[in-house]
Amino acid sequence: MANTGWDEFEIGAMLRTFEGSVDNIAGTLQEDRNYTQNSSFSANVSDWRIIKPVFNKDYCIDCQFCWIYCPDISIIARDKKMVGVDMDHCKGCGICVEVCPTNPKSLLMFDEHIDEEVALAGWPTKEGKK
Amino acid sequence: MAFDKMELRDIEVWDGNFAAAQALRQCQIDVVAAYPITPSTPIVEGYAKFLADGYVEGEFVMVESEHAAMSGCIGASAAGGRVATATSSQGYALMVETLYQASGMRLPIILNVVNRALASPLNVNGDHSDMYLGRDSGWIQLNAYCPQDAYDLNFIAFKVAENHEVRLPCMVHQDGFMTSHTAQGVKTLTDDAAYGFVGDFKAMNDMLDFEHPVTHGVQTEEDWHFEHKARQHSDLMTKVMPKIQDAFDAFEKLSGRKYNIVEKYDIDDADVCVVCMGTSVETAREVATEMRAKGIKAGVVGLRVIRPFPFFEIQEALKGVKAIATLDRSSPNGAPGMLFNEVAGCLFNLDKRPLLSGKIYGLGGRDLTKKHLVDLYTELQANVDAGKVTTQLQQFIGVRGPKLSFL
Repeated sequence: MANTGWDEFEIGAMLRTFEGSVDNIAGTLQEDRNYTQNSSFSANVSDWRIIKPVFNKDYCIDCQFCWIYCPDISIIARDKKMVGVDMDHCKGCGICVEVCPTNPKSLLMFDEHIDEEVALAGWPTKEGKK
Repeated sequence: MAFDKMELRDIEVWDGNFAAAQALRQCQIDVVAAYPITPSTPIVEGYAKFLADGYVEGEFVMVESEHAAMSGCIGASAAGGRVATATSSQGYALMVETLYQASGMRLPIILNVVNRALASPLNVNGDHSDMYLGRDSGWIQLNAYCPQDAYDLNFIAFKVAENHEVRLPCMVHQDGFMTSHTAQGVKTLTDDAAYGFVGDFKAMNDMLDFEHPVTHGVQTEEDWHFEHKARQHSDLMTKVMPKIQDAFDAFEKLSGRKYNIVEKYDIDDADVCVVCMGTSVETAREVATEMRAKGIKAGVVGLRVIRPFPFFEIQEALKGVKAIATLDRSSPNGAPGMLFNEVAGCLFNLDKRPLLSGKIYGLGGRDLTKKHLVDLYTELQANVDAGKVTTQLQQFIGVRGPKLSFL
């Protein structure tokens, strides 16, 4: 791509999302889609993030709030079960943590450099009524 | 949804606006997004009425500004529709940002521009200030001299712009009021012949092609921007003129009306010549003929295609002429004038260069009279006789007060 000349690309300020044609794309999981390198799905933007969400499945009730509210489609859910966070595209905004209704929360924000095991080991316990 | 055809007489009495509106109807425009402005209002008003009366299958989108009008056209064109609108003057100026978007996105939108002066002072009458404002915007620009041209050039515009080797937006220019509101006999095409000429719209990279999802209007920085602009310029320089010529040829076969990239009048043996655009071309032709009766071999070169600029065609047309005046109907505001500069560029490398001077005329709808042109041709002949330009290079024609000239 770096050496592509002015006469070697399709005209217009446009980019294609997928290689070739697609069929039933809504019914195809992201990992099974043939994204081009121009698609933002192909770009790893994890370095935009300075704090990260960590998911603790022990407390998750699969309510899907985080999946609905995530502005970057970075909550991975399969068959209505929360699987985890797409860490290539998560920007660390913390909205998923904010909307998580469990006690303690099933998603918490940590500094980017904290190991997941360390984060999970220090997970808070259930808060009593005040 | 079906639509009705319209029975037209062979010759209808139409002004330039109605002629353009009829052309839009016959091309069956899918989407017109418009914010009407004098003197172009009747074009989009006409389309809207044809639509309401069931003569077009399409969509009229009323928007809140000309910026939004062209933005709506861009969206509809990227979606894959045949799209057109019209504007003038201040509205055109407000559209300028989106004009560059449309051409860079390679969307074949047709914009009818009814040329009008730019404020300030506010003025609704015809000059070429708005037309000049868009000349670097990457659009094809065609120039009508009369209502017949305004009608015919719309078909040419769609034919060229929508060609997949071109895919560039195209403006059809006509002079405010002098063409847009002057009713003349216009030879018509039948609905079937007109639509047959432009053909069905063939979509390219359209957003409604769900099997090939595409993102239009992307951002590029120093890594890619230059290549995109180079490609667009290259296509304007090499691909557009042959397609315009093809369209002119096909149109002549269909209608018998012949258009040329540069419209030459009595130029082959001419000693003196004016280069101009719009309604002034017809006035100049009439005066040139009268000058020949007086023994001055006068000719006229009219631009039919303004962008891409017909560099070699102009050079070829003018190379044997001895003295030339360019007529710019827009204040150059600190420069010699667009036509003067472009024509000078064509002539500069010739072995034998004609004498060249530039005139500024007709601002804000001021008339260019036959007397002005008689004086001009007489002056050009004096230049020929003297073997040099006897006046300053830039002169104002028809302005009140002391004679105004520069350079």
